[in-house]
Amino acid sequence: MNPLRPRKSRHNSNYLYLLPAFIFYILFILYPLSDTVYTSFTQWSGIGEKTWVGLENYKNNLSDKKITSSIKHSFILIIFYSFFPIIIGLGIAGMMVRIKVKGMAIYRAILFLPQILSMIVVGIAWRWIYAPKGPLNSGLDFFGLNDISRAWLGSFDFALIAVGLIGTWVMFGFTMILFIAGVQKIPKELYDAAKVDGAGAFAEFFNVTLPGLKGEIVVALVFTVTLALRNFDLIYITTGGGPGTSTMIPSMFIYKKAFQMNQVGSASSLGVMLTLLIFTLISLIIITLREKR
Amino acid sequence: MKKVDQEKLIAHGLFIFGSIIVLYPFFSILFLALSEPGARISGFTIPTGVYFDNFLKAWTDGGFSLALWSSLIVVLGVVSITILCSIPAAYAFEKLSIKGASPLFALLLIGLVLPYESLIIPLYYSMRKFGLDSTYWSLILPQIGLSIPFSIFWLRSSFRSIPVSLSEAAMLEGASKLTILIKILLPQIKPAILTLTVLLFMWTWNEFLLALIMIQEPEMRTAPLALSYFAGNKRYGDPAITAAAAIWVALPVLIVYIFLQRRFISGMVTGVEK
Repeated sequence: MNPLRPRKSRHNSNYLYLLPAFIFYILFILYPLSDTVYTSFTQWSGIGEKTWVGLENYKNNLSDKKITSSIKHSFILIIFYSFFPIIIGLGIAGMMVRIKVKGMAIYRAILFLPQILSMIVVGIAWRWIYAPKGPLNSGLDFFGLNDISRAWLGSFDFALIAVGLIGTWVMFGFTMILFIAGVQKIPKELYDAAKVDGAGAFAEFFNVTLPGLKGEIVVALVFTVTLALRNFDLIYITTGGGPGTSTMIPSMFIYKKAFQMNQVGSASSLGVMLTLLIFTLISLIIITLREKR
Repeated sequence: MKKVDQEKLIAHGLFIFGSIIVLYPFFSILFLALSEPGARISGFTIPTGVYFDNFLKAWTDGGFSLALWSSLIVVLGVVSITILCSIPAAYAFEKLSIKGASPLFALLLIGLVLPYESLIIPLYYSMRKFGLDSTYWSLILPQIGLSIPFSIFWLRSSFRSIPVSLSEAAMLEGASKLTILIKILLPQIKPAILTLTVLLFMWTWNEFLLALIMIQEPEMRTAPLALSYFAGNKRYGDPAITAAAAIWVALPVLIVYIFLQRRFISGMVTGVEK
Protein backbone atom coordinates (compact mmCIF):
# COMPACT_ATOMS: atom_id res chain seq x y z
CA MET A 1 0.00 0.00 0.00
CA ASN A 2 1.62 3.18 -1.06
CA PRO A 3 -0.47 6.32 -0.77
CA LEU A 4 2.31 8.49 -2.15
CA ARG A 5 1.70 7.43 -5.73
CA PRO A 6 1.58 9.87 -8.60
CA ARG A 7 -1.62 11.86 -8.72
CA LYS A 8 -3.06 10.14 -11.77
CA SER A 9 -3.65 6.85 -10.01
CA ARG A 10 -4.69 8.50 -6.79
CA HIS A 11 -8.19 7.13 -6.85
CA ASN A 12 -7.15 3.65 -7.83
CA SER A 13 -4.84 3.46 -4.87
CA ASN A 14 -7.87 3.96 -2.64
CA TYR A 15 -9.03 0.48 -3.57
CA LEU A 16 -5.89 -0.97 -2.05
CA TYR A 17 -7.28 -0.06 1.36
CA LEU A 18 -10.28 -2.30 0.68
CA LEU A 19 -8.28 -5.15 -0.79
CA PRO A 20 -7.20 -7.20 2.26
CA ALA A 21 -10.67 -7.17 3.82
CA PHE A 22 -12.37 -8.08 0.56
CA ILE A 23 -9.95 -10.92 -0.17
CA PHE A 24 -11.01 -12.59 3.10
CA TYR A 25 -14.64 -11.75 2.53
CA ILE A 26 -14.70 -13.15 -1.01
CA LEU A 27 -12.66 -16.29 -0.25
CA PHE A 28 -14.40 -17.28 2.97
CA ILE A 29 -17.94 -15.87 2.62
CA LEU A 30 -18.99 -15.10 -0.94
CA TYR A 31 -17.27 -18.04 -2.59
CA PRO A 32 -18.59 -20.66 -0.11
CA LEU A 33 -22.05 -19.11 -0.36
CA SER A 34 -22.10 -19.47 -4.15
CA ASP A 35 -20.70 -22.99 -3.83
CA THR A 36 -23.51 -23.95 -1.43
CA VAL A 37 -26.09 -22.60 -3.88
CA TYR A 38 -24.54 -24.62 -6.72
CA THR A 39 -24.25 -27.81 -4.65
CA SER A 40 -27.89 -27.46 -3.60
CA PHE A 41 -28.90 -28.27 -7.20
CA THR A 42 -26.82 -31.45 -7.24
CA GLN A 43 -26.64 -34.84 -5.68
CA TRP A 44 -23.30 -35.36 -3.97
CA SER A 45 -21.99 -37.71 -1.32
CA GLY A 46 -18.87 -35.67 -0.59
CA ILE A 47 -16.61 -37.62 -2.94
CA GLY A 48 -16.57 -37.92 -6.72
CA GLU A 49 -18.56 -35.84 -9.16
CA LYS A 50 -21.62 -33.77 -8.36
CA THR A 51 -24.68 -34.85 -10.36
CA TRP A 52 -27.00 -32.06 -11.45
CA VAL A 53 -30.56 -32.76 -10.26
CA GLY A 54 -32.17 -29.33 -10.58
CA LEU A 55 -34.78 -28.58 -7.96
CA GLU A 56 -35.01 -32.19 -6.79
CA ASN A 57 -33.44 -31.54 -3.35
CA TYR A 58 -35.82 -28.67 -2.69
CA LYS A 59 -38.84 -30.72 -3.68
CA ASN A 60 -37.71 -33.56 -1.44
CA ASN A 61 -37.17 -31.19 1.48
CA LEU A 62 -40.65 -29.74 1.18
CA SER A 63 -42.26 -33.18 1.05
CA ASP A 64 -40.15 -34.61 3.89
CA LYS A 65 -42.28 -34.43 7.02
CA LYS A 66 -39.25 -34.48 9.32
CA ILE A 67 -37.89 -31.37 7.63
CA THR A 68 -41.15 -29.44 7.47
CA SER A 69 -41.72 -30.20 11.14
CA SER A 70 -38.19 -28.96 11.94
CA ILE A 71 -39.14 -25.64 10.33
CA LYS A 72 -42.29 -25.64 12.44
CA HIS A 73 -40.12 -26.15 15.54
CA SER A 74 -38.10 -23.10 14.55
CA PHE A 75 -41.25 -20.98 14.42
CA ILE A 76 -42.29 -22.25 17.85
CA LEU A 77 -38.83 -21.31 19.12
CA ILE A 78 -39.32 -17.78 17.74
CA ILE A 79 -42.18 -17.39 20.22
CA PHE A 80 -39.83 -18.24 23.07
CA TYR A 81 -36.68 -16.50 21.79
CA SER A 82 -38.35 -13.41 20.41
CA PHE A 83 -41.90 -12.69 21.49
CA PHE A 84 -41.64 -13.54 25.19
CA PRO A 85 -38.42 -11.57 25.77
CA ILE A 86 -39.77 -8.59 23.82
CA ILE A 87 -43.03 -8.57 25.77
CA ILE A 88 -41.16 -8.85 29.08
CA GLY A 89 -38.72 -6.13 28.02
CA LEU A 90 -41.49 -3.78 26.88
CA GLY A 91 -43.52 -4.33 30.03
CA ILE A 92 -40.61 -3.48 32.27
CA ALA A 93 -39.41 -0.56 30.14
CA GLY A 94 -42.95 0.84 30.24
CA MET A 95 -42.83 0.87 34.02
CA MET A 96 -39.39 2.46 34.11
CA VAL A 97 -40.38 5.58 32.20
CA ARG A 98 -39.88 8.06 34.99
CA ILE A 99 -38.02 6.00 37.52
CA LYS A 100 -34.26 6.33 37.78
CA VAL A 101 -32.93 3.37 39.69
CA LYS A 102 -29.69 3.51 41.64
CA GLY A 103 -27.32 0.63 40.97
CA MET A 104 -28.66 0.21 37.45
CA ALA A 105 -25.12 -0.56 36.23
CA ILE A 106 -24.97 -3.68 38.40
CA TYR A 107 -28.40 -4.90 37.34
CA ARG A 108 -27.47 -4.30 33.73
CA ALA A 109 -24.22 -6.24 34.06
CA ILE A 110 -26.07 -9.22 35.56
CA LEU A 111 -28.99 -9.18 33.15
CA PHE A 112 -26.60 -9.09 30.21
CA LEU A 113 -24.58 -12.08 31.41
CA PRO A 114 -26.27 -14.81 29.30
CA GLN A 115 -25.31 -12.87 26.15
CA ILE A 116 -21.57 -13.17 26.64
CA LEU A 117 -21.21 -16.83 27.51
CA SER A 118 -20.83 -19.76 25.15
CA MET A 119 -24.14 -21.47 24.42
CA ILE A 120 -22.37 -24.72 25.29
CA VAL A 121 -21.79 -23.43 28.83
CA VAL A 122 -25.38 -22.16 29.03
CA GLY A 123 -26.66 -25.50 27.75
CA ILE A 124 -24.70 -27.46 30.35
CA ALA A 125 -26.01 -25.27 33.16
CA TRP A 126 -29.57 -25.85 31.98
CA ARG A 127 -29.03 -29.56 31.43
CA TRP A 128 -28.37 -29.71 35.16
CA ILE A 129 -31.46 -27.63 35.99
CA TYR A 130 -33.63 -29.96 33.90
CA ALA A 131 -31.83 -33.18 34.94
CA PRO A 132 -33.87 -36.02 36.53
CA LYS A 133 -32.31 -35.16 39.91
CA GLY A 134 -31.68 -31.51 39.11
CA PRO A 135 -32.98 -28.41 40.87
CA LEU A 136 -36.27 -28.20 38.97
CA ASN A 137 -37.39 -31.70 39.88
CA SER A 138 -36.08 -31.35 43.44
CA GLY A 139 -38.16 -28.21 43.74
CA LEU A 140 -41.27 -29.94 42.39
CA ASP A 141 -40.75 -32.90 44.73
CA PHE A 142 -40.30 -30.52 47.64
CA PHE A 143 -43.77 -29.12 47.01
CA GLY A 144 -45.17 -32.62 46.68
CA LEU A 145 -45.56 -32.36 42.91
CA ASN A 146 -43.71 -35.62 42.24
CA ASP A 147 -46.16 -36.47 39.46
CA ILE A 148 -45.02 -33.55 37.36
CA SER A 149 -41.28 -34.07 37.71
CA ARG A 150 -39.59 -35.86 34.84
CA ALA A 151 -36.48 -35.83 32.61
CA TRP A 152 -37.55 -32.64 30.90
CA LEU A 153 -35.11 -32.70 27.99
CA GLY A 154 -35.89 -36.35 27.30
CA SER A 155 -39.64 -35.81 27.11
CA PHE A 156 -41.38 -35.87 23.74
CA ASP A 157 -43.97 -33.39 24.97
CA PHE A 158 -41.78 -30.96 26.89
CA ALA A 159 -38.29 -30.97 25.37
CA LEU A 160 -39.05 -28.24 22.80
CA ILE A 161 -40.68 -26.02 25.41
CA ALA A 162 -37.78 -26.65 27.80
CA VAL A 163 -35.26 -25.57 25.14
CA GLY A 164 -37.47 -22.59 24.26
CA LEU A 165 -37.47 -21.40 27.86
CA ILE A 166 -33.67 -21.41 27.82
CA GLY A 167 -33.93 -19.04 24.86
CA THR A 168 -36.29 -16.78 26.79
CA TRP A 169 -33.82 -16.79 29.67
CA VAL A 170 -30.91 -15.91 27.34
CA MET A 171 -32.77 -13.05 25.68
CA PHE A 172 -34.96 -11.30 28.24
CA GLY A 173 -32.14 -9.34 29.87
CA PHE A 174 -30.96 -8.09 26.50
CA THR A 175 -34.38 -6.81 25.45
CA MET A 176 -34.88 -5.19 28.87
CA ILE A 177 -31.59 -3.29 28.63
CA LEU A 178 -32.25 -2.30 25.04
CA PHE A 179 -35.76 -1.00 25.74
CA ILE A 180 -34.92 0.77 29.01
CA ALA A 181 -32.11 2.61 27.18
CA GLY A 182 -34.58 3.41 24.41
CA VAL A 183 -37.24 4.77 26.76
CA GLN A 184 -34.74 7.24 28.16
CA LYS A 185 -34.29 8.71 24.69
CA ILE A 186 -38.00 9.48 24.26
CA PRO A 187 -38.48 13.26 24.77
CA LYS A 188 -40.02 14.07 28.17
CA GLU A 189 -42.39 16.58 26.53
CA LEU A 190 -44.27 13.71 24.91
CA TYR A 191 -45.03 12.21 28.32
CA ASP A 192 -45.97 15.62 29.73
CA ALA A 193 -48.31 16.19 26.81
CA ALA A 194 -49.92 12.80 27.35
CA LYS A 195 -50.44 13.65 31.00
CA VAL A 196 -52.07 16.98 30.11
CA ASP A 197 -54.43 15.05 27.84
CA GLY A 198 -55.33 12.95 30.86
CA ALA A 199 -53.83 9.73 29.58
CA GLY A 200 -53.61 6.86 32.04
CA ALA A 201 -50.72 4.47 32.34
CA PHE A 202 -52.03 2.23 29.58
CA ALA A 203 -52.75 5.05 27.14
CA GLU A 204 -49.32 6.48 27.89
CA PHE A 205 -47.70 3.13 27.12
CA PHE A 206 -49.54 2.59 23.84
CA ASN A 207 -49.42 6.19 22.59
CA VAL A 208 -45.97 7.31 23.68
CA THR A 209 -43.69 4.49 24.84
CA LEU A 210 -44.52 1.89 22.20
CA PRO A 211 -44.19 4.20 19.17
CA GLY A 212 -41.06 5.71 20.68
CA LEU A 213 -39.44 2.29 20.91
CA LYS A 214 -40.19 1.25 17.34
CA GLY A 215 -36.52 1.39 16.32
CA GLU A 216 -35.45 -0.76 19.29
CA ILE A 217 -38.24 -3.25 18.63
CA VAL A 218 -37.03 -3.75 15.06
CA VAL A 219 -33.49 -4.30 16.36
CA ALA A 220 -34.65 -6.79 18.99
CA LEU A 221 -36.82 -8.69 16.51
CA VAL A 222 -34.06 -9.01 13.93
CA PHE A 223 -31.51 -10.10 16.53
CA THR A 224 -33.69 -12.62 18.36
CA VAL A 225 -35.43 -14.10 15.30
CA THR A 226 -32.06 -14.73 13.63
CA LEU A 227 -30.81 -16.53 16.72
CA ALA A 228 -33.99 -18.57 17.08
CA LEU A 229 -33.69 -19.79 13.49
CA ARG A 230 -30.02 -20.72 13.74
CA ASN A 231 -29.68 -21.96 17.29
CA PHE A 232 -27.34 -24.87 16.53
CA ASP A 233 -25.12 -24.85 19.63
CA LEU A 234 -27.90 -24.95 22.20
CA ILE A 235 -29.86 -27.75 20.53
CA TYR A 236 -26.67 -29.74 19.96
CA ILE A 237 -25.64 -29.67 23.61
CA THR A 238 -29.07 -30.02 25.24
CA THR A 239 -31.07 -32.50 23.16
CA GLY A 240 -29.20 -33.19 19.91
CA GLY A 241 -32.58 -32.83 18.20
CA GLY A 242 -34.22 -35.54 20.27
CA PRO A 243 -35.99 -37.33 21.71
CA GLY A 244 -36.88 -38.72 18.30
CA THR A 245 -37.02 -35.62 16.13
CA SER A 246 -39.06 -33.62 18.62
CA THR A 247 -36.51 -30.77 18.89
CA MET A 248 -34.95 -31.07 15.41
CA ILE A 249 -34.31 -27.75 13.69
CA PRO A 250 -33.02 -27.08 10.15
CA SER A 251 -29.45 -26.26 11.19
CA MET A 252 -29.21 -29.60 13.01
CA PHE A 253 -30.43 -31.37 9.86
CA ILE A 254 -27.81 -29.54 7.79
CA TYR A 255 -25.09 -30.79 10.13
CA LYS A 256 -26.37 -34.37 10.24
CA LYS A 257 -27.03 -34.68 6.51
CA ALA A 258 -23.72 -33.14 5.47
CA PHE A 259 -21.37 -34.70 8.01
CA GLN A 260 -23.02 -37.91 9.16
CA MET A 261 -25.30 -39.08 6.35
CA ASN A 262 -23.22 -37.99 3.31
CA GLN A 263 -26.21 -36.21 1.72
CA VAL A 264 -24.25 -33.07 0.95
CA GLY A 265 -26.47 -31.81 -1.88
CA SER A 266 -29.58 -32.14 0.23
CA ALA A 267 -27.85 -30.45 3.19
CA SER A 268 -26.83 -27.56 0.93
CA SER A 269 -30.39 -27.04 -0.27
CA LEU A 270 -31.51 -26.85 3.37
CA GLY A 271 -28.77 -24.29 3.98
CA VAL A 272 -30.08 -22.16 1.12
CA MET A 273 -33.64 -22.50 2.41
CA LEU A 274 -32.59 -21.44 5.90
CA THR A 275 -30.75 -18.42 4.50
CA LEU A 276 -33.75 -17.40 2.40
CA LEU A 277 -36.06 -17.83 5.37
CA ILE A 278 -33.89 -15.58 7.54
CA PHE A 279 -33.54 -12.93 4.81
CA THR A 280 -37.29 -12.97 4.17
CA LEU A 281 -38.24 -12.63 7.82
CA ILE A 282 -35.73 -9.83 8.41
CA SER A 283 -36.98 -7.94 5.35
CA LEU A 284 -40.59 -8.40 6.47
CA ILE A 285 -39.82 -7.09 9.95
CA ILE A 286 -38.01 -4.04 8.63
CA ILE A 287 -40.53 -3.23 5.90
CA THR A 288 -43.71 -3.62 7.97
CA LEU A 289 -42.43 -1.73 10.99
CA ARG A 290 -40.82 1.06 8.99
CA GLU A 291 -43.88 1.85 6.92
CA LYS A 292 -46.11 2.33 9.92
CA ARG A 293 -43.87 5.10 11.15
CA MET B 1 -44.27 6.37 51.92
CA LYS B 2 -44.14 8.74 49.00
CA LYS B 3 -45.35 7.50 45.65
CA VAL B 4 -41.93 7.95 44.06
CA ASP B 5 -40.30 5.84 46.77
CA GLN B 6 -42.88 3.15 46.27
CA GLU B 7 -42.22 3.10 42.54
CA LYS B 8 -38.50 2.83 43.14
CA LEU B 9 -39.02 -0.04 45.53
CA ILE B 10 -41.07 -1.92 42.93
CA ALA B 11 -38.40 -1.22 40.31
CA HIS B 12 -35.65 -2.59 42.55
CA GLY B 13 -37.80 -5.61 43.30
CA LEU B 14 -38.25 -6.33 39.61
CA PHE B 15 -34.56 -5.97 38.84
CA ILE B 16 -33.55 -8.15 41.77
CA PHE B 17 -36.08 -10.78 40.71
CA GLY B 18 -34.71 -10.70 37.14
CA SER B 19 -31.13 -10.89 38.39
CA ILE B 20 -31.91 -13.95 40.51
CA ILE B 21 -33.46 -15.69 37.52
CA VAL B 22 -30.36 -14.94 35.43
CA LEU B 23 -27.88 -15.93 38.13
CA TYR B 24 -29.62 -19.05 39.44
CA PRO B 25 -28.40 -21.52 36.76
CA PHE B 26 -24.84 -20.24 37.13
CA PHE B 27 -24.81 -20.51 40.90
CA SER B 28 -26.42 -23.89 40.75
CA ILE B 29 -23.60 -25.30 38.61
CA LEU B 30 -21.04 -23.45 40.70
CA PHE B 31 -22.36 -25.16 43.85
CA LEU B 32 -22.42 -28.43 41.99
CA ALA B 33 -18.80 -28.00 40.87
CA LEU B 34 -17.64 -27.06 44.36
CA SER B 35 -19.36 -30.02 46.01
CA GLU B 36 -17.56 -32.97 47.52
CA PRO B 37 -16.47 -35.41 44.80
CA GLY B 38 -18.65 -38.50 44.64
CA ALA B 39 -21.23 -37.02 46.97
CA ARG B 40 -24.85 -37.66 46.03
CA ILE B 41 -26.09 -34.35 44.88
CA SER B 42 -29.60 -33.31 44.15
CA GLY B 43 -30.84 -29.91 43.12
CA PHE B 44 -31.44 -28.58 46.59
CA THR B 45 -28.38 -29.88 48.39
CA ILE B 46 -26.48 -27.11 50.08
CA PRO B 47 -22.76 -27.75 49.82
CA THR B 48 -21.15 -28.98 53.04
CA GLY B 49 -17.81 -27.48 52.19
CA VAL B 50 -15.75 -26.14 49.32
CA TYR B 51 -13.86 -28.73 47.31
CA PHE B 52 -11.77 -27.91 44.28
CA ASP B 53 -11.26 -31.56 43.32
CA ASN B 54 -13.81 -31.40 40.50
CA PHE B 55 -11.99 -28.44 38.97
CA LEU B 56 -8.66 -30.25 39.08
CA LYS B 57 -10.19 -33.39 37.64
CA ALA B 58 -11.85 -31.50 34.76
CA TRP B 59 -8.59 -29.68 34.06
CA THR B 60 -6.52 -32.86 33.75
CA ASP B 61 -9.11 -35.38 32.43
CA GLY B 62 -10.77 -33.04 29.99
CA GLY B 63 -7.53 -31.63 28.64
CA PHE B 64 -8.70 -28.08 29.28
CA SER B 65 -5.24 -26.60 29.63
CA LEU B 66 -4.68 -27.49 25.96
CA ALA B 67 -8.18 -26.40 24.96
CA LEU B 68 -7.83 -22.93 26.50
CA TRP B 69 -4.49 -22.60 24.74
CA SER B 70 -6.03 -23.57 21.36
CA SER B 71 -8.81 -21.07 21.85
CA LEU B 72 -6.32 -18.36 22.71
CA ILE B 73 -4.33 -18.97 19.51
CA VAL B 74 -7.47 -18.83 17.38
CA VAL B 75 -8.72 -15.69 19.14
CA LEU B 76 -5.40 -13.88 18.70
CA GLY B 77 -5.27 -14.77 15.00
CA VAL B 78 -8.85 -13.78 14.26
CA VAL B 79 -8.92 -10.56 16.27
CA SER B 80 -5.57 -9.17 15.10
CA ILE B 81 -5.98 -9.92 11.38
CA THR B 82 -9.62 -8.82 11.33
CA ILE B 83 -8.82 -5.46 12.88
CA LEU B 84 -5.75 -4.91 10.69
CA CYS B 85 -7.81 -5.53 7.55
CA SER B 86 -10.93 -3.68 8.67
CA ILE B 87 -9.31 -0.40 9.68
CA PRO B 88 -8.02 0.56 6.21
CA ALA B 89 -11.26 -0.65 4.59
CA ALA B 90 -13.47 1.35 6.96
CA TYR B 91 -11.21 4.38 6.45
CA ALA B 92 -11.49 4.08 2.66
CA PHE B 93 -15.29 3.73 2.80
CA GLU B 94 -15.72 6.76 5.03
CA LYS B 95 -12.94 9.20 4.17
CA LEU B 96 -11.61 8.39 0.68
CA SER B 97 -13.41 8.67 -2.61
CA ILE B 98 -14.27 5.27 -4.00
CA LYS B 99 -16.38 4.61 -7.05
CA GLY B 100 -19.05 2.03 -6.36
CA ALA B 101 -18.67 2.40 -2.61
CA SER B 102 -22.34 1.83 -1.87
CA PRO B 103 -22.78 -1.42 -3.81
CA LEU B 104 -19.53 -2.73 -2.29
CA PHE B 105 -20.76 -1.81 1.17
CA ALA B 106 -24.14 -3.40 0.49
CA LEU B 107 -22.30 -6.59 -0.47
CA LEU B 108 -20.69 -6.58 2.97
CA LEU B 109 -24.08 -6.17 4.65
CA ILE B 110 -25.11 -9.61 3.39
CA GLY B 111 -22.42 -11.03 5.66
CA LEU B 112 -24.04 -9.44 8.70
CA VAL B 113 -27.16 -11.60 8.63
CA LEU B 114 -25.91 -14.63 6.73
CA PRO B 115 -26.31 -17.82 8.76
CA TYR B 116 -23.08 -19.74 9.22
CA GLU B 117 -24.90 -22.95 8.40
CA SER B 118 -25.01 -22.04 4.71
CA LEU B 119 -21.21 -21.76 4.48
CA ILE B 120 -19.80 -24.63 6.51
CA ILE B 121 -20.14 -27.36 3.88
CA PRO B 122 -17.97 -25.78 1.15
CA LEU B 123 -15.63 -24.37 3.81
CA TYR B 124 -15.03 -27.88 5.11
CA TYR B 125 -14.35 -29.34 1.67
CA SER B 126 -12.07 -26.47 0.60
CA MET B 127 -10.06 -26.67 3.81
CA ARG B 128 -9.65 -30.39 3.27
CA LYS B 129 -8.61 -29.86 -0.33
CA PHE B 130 -5.81 -27.54 0.77
CA GLY B 131 -4.80 -29.76 3.68
CA LEU B 132 -5.85 -27.15 6.21
CA ASP B 133 -8.49 -29.17 8.06
CA SER B 134 -7.50 -29.89 11.65
CA THR B 135 -5.21 -26.87 11.65
CA TYR B 136 -5.88 -23.63 13.45
CA TRP B 137 -6.06 -21.91 10.06
CA SER B 138 -9.29 -23.77 9.30
CA LEU B 139 -10.82 -21.88 12.22
CA ILE B 140 -8.98 -18.59 11.89
CA LEU B 141 -9.46 -17.84 8.18
CA PRO B 142 -13.25 -18.35 7.95
CA GLN B 143 -13.84 -16.43 11.17
CA ILE B 144 -11.89 -13.47 9.81
CA GLY B 145 -14.23 -13.48 6.82
CA LEU B 146 -17.24 -13.63 9.12
CA SER B 147 -15.97 -10.90 11.43
CA ILE B 148 -15.02 -8.42 8.72
CA PRO B 149 -18.52 -7.11 7.84
CA PHE B 150 -19.37 -6.15 11.43
CA SER B 151 -15.89 -4.72 12.02
CA ILE B 152 -15.96 -2.48 8.95
CA PHE B 153 -19.47 -1.41 9.85
CA TRP B 154 -18.46 -0.59 13.39
CA LEU B 155 -15.21 1.23 12.50
CA ARG B 156 -16.79 3.17 9.65
CA SER B 157 -19.33 4.75 11.97
CA SER B 158 -16.51 5.60 14.38
CA PHE B 159 -14.57 7.34 11.61
CA ARG B 160 -17.75 9.22 10.70
CA SER B 161 -17.92 10.80 14.14
CA ILE B 162 -14.51 12.45 13.72
CA PRO B 163 -14.86 16.04 12.47
CA VAL B 164 -13.70 16.47 8.87
CA SER B 165 -11.68 19.56 9.82
CA LEU B 166 -9.10 17.39 11.57
CA SER B 167 -8.03 15.46 8.51
CA GLU B 168 -8.47 18.43 6.19
CA ALA B 169 -5.97 20.48 8.13
CA ALA B 170 -3.43 17.67 7.89
CA MET B 171 -4.12 17.23 4.20
CA LEU B 172 -3.38 20.91 3.58
CA GLU B 173 -0.03 20.42 5.25
CA GLY B 174 0.69 17.73 2.68
CA ALA B 175 0.27 14.66 4.87
CA SER B 176 -0.37 11.46 2.96
CA LYS B 177 -3.56 9.43 3.32
CA LEU B 178 -1.78 6.73 5.27
CA THR B 179 -0.16 9.24 7.64
CA ILE B 180 -3.53 10.87 8.25
CA LEU B 181 -5.02 7.49 9.10
CA ILE B 182 -2.24 6.42 11.45
CA LYS B 183 -1.21 9.67 13.08
CA ILE B 184 -4.49 11.59 13.26
CA LEU B 185 -7.53 9.35 12.92
CA LEU B 186 -6.50 6.17 14.72
CA PRO B 187 -5.79 7.85 18.08
CA GLN B 188 -9.31 9.31 17.90
CA ILE B 189 -11.04 5.95 17.60
CA LYS B 190 -8.96 4.00 20.13
CA PRO B 191 -11.98 3.36 22.41
CA ALA B 192 -14.02 2.05 19.48
CA ILE B 193 -11.18 -0.31 18.53
CA LEU B 194 -10.95 -1.59 22.11
CA THR B 195 -14.68 -2.29 22.20
CA LEU B 196 -14.45 -4.08 18.87
CA THR B 197 -11.54 -6.16 20.18
CA VAL B 198 -13.58 -7.24 23.19
CA LEU B 199 -16.60 -8.21 21.06
CA LEU B 200 -14.50 -10.15 18.53
CA PHE B 201 -12.70 -11.93 21.38
CA MET B 202 -16.02 -13.03 22.87
CA TRP B 203 -17.56 -14.19 19.57
CA THR B 204 -14.45 -16.08 18.52
CA TRP B 205 -13.99 -17.67 21.94
CA ASN B 206 -17.57 -18.95 21.95
CA GLU B 207 -17.64 -20.21 18.35
CA PHE B 208 -18.63 -23.86 18.23
CA LEU B 209 -20.01 -25.20 14.95
CA LEU B 210 -16.91 -24.44 12.87
CA ALA B 211 -14.63 -26.15 15.40
CA LEU B 212 -16.97 -29.14 15.60
CA ILE B 213 -16.61 -29.71 11.87
CA MET B 214 -12.98 -28.80 11.26
CA ILE B 215 -11.10 -30.21 14.24
CA GLN B 216 -10.63 -33.95 14.58
CA GLU B 217 -7.52 -34.13 16.78
CA PRO B 218 -8.48 -34.09 20.48
CA GLU B 219 -5.45 -32.01 21.44
CA MET B 220 -6.45 -29.20 19.06
CA ARG B 221 -10.03 -28.77 20.28
CA THR B 222 -11.08 -25.27 21.26
CA ALA B 223 -12.57 -24.68 24.70
CA PRO B 224 -16.29 -24.99 23.83
CA LEU B 225 -15.57 -28.03 21.64
CA ALA B 226 -13.57 -29.78 24.37
CA LEU B 227 -16.40 -29.00 26.76
CA SER B 228 -19.01 -30.55 24.48
CA TYR B 229 -16.98 -33.76 24.08
CA PHE B 230 -16.36 -33.90 27.79
CA ALA B 231 -20.03 -33.38 28.59
CA GLY B 232 -21.02 -35.93 25.96
CA ASN B 233 -18.72 -38.63 27.33
CA LYS B 234 -19.77 -38.02 30.88
CA ARG B 235 -23.44 -37.65 30.16
CA TYR B 236 -24.21 -40.51 32.49
CA GLY B 237 -21.23 -39.84 34.70
CA ASP B 238 -20.48 -37.17 37.23
CA PRO B 239 -22.38 -33.93 36.52
CA ALA B 240 -20.18 -32.13 39.07
CA ILE B 241 -17.05 -32.54 36.94
CA THR B 242 -18.92 -31.39 33.84
CA ALA B 243 -20.06 -28.34 35.78
CA ALA B 244 -16.48 -27.58 36.77
CA ALA B 245 -15.39 -27.93 33.13
CA ALA B 246 -18.09 -25.49 32.03
CA ILE B 247 -16.79 -22.96 34.54
CA TRP B 248 -13.24 -23.33 33.19
CA VAL B 249 -14.50 -22.53 29.69
CA ALA B 250 -16.59 -19.57 30.84
CA LEU B 251 -13.89 -18.11 33.07
CA PRO B 252 -11.72 -16.20 30.55
CA VAL B 253 -14.70 -14.38 29.02
CA LEU B 254 -16.13 -13.80 32.49
CA ILE B 255 -12.91 -12.19 33.73
CA VAL B 256 -12.73 -9.85 30.75
CA TYR B 257 -16.44 -9.09 31.22
CA ILE B 258 -16.00 -8.12 34.86
CA PHE B 259 -13.40 -5.51 33.92
CA LEU B 260 -14.87 -4.28 30.65
CA GLN B 261 -18.60 -4.93 31.03
CA ARG B 262 -19.56 -1.45 29.90
CA ARG B 263 -17.82 -2.08 26.59
CA PHE B 264 -19.56 -5.42 26.09
CA ILE B 265 -22.98 -3.94 26.73
CA SER B 266 -22.63 -0.66 24.89
CA GLY B 267 -20.85 -2.48 22.08
CA MET B 268 -23.56 -5.05 21.58
CA VAL B 269 -26.50 -2.72 22.12
CA THR B 270 -25.23 0.01 19.79
CA GLY B 271 -23.64 -2.59 17.52
CA VAL B 272 -26.90 -4.36 16.72
CA GLU B 273 -28.70 -1.01 16.51
CA LYS B 274 -26.36 0.18 13.82
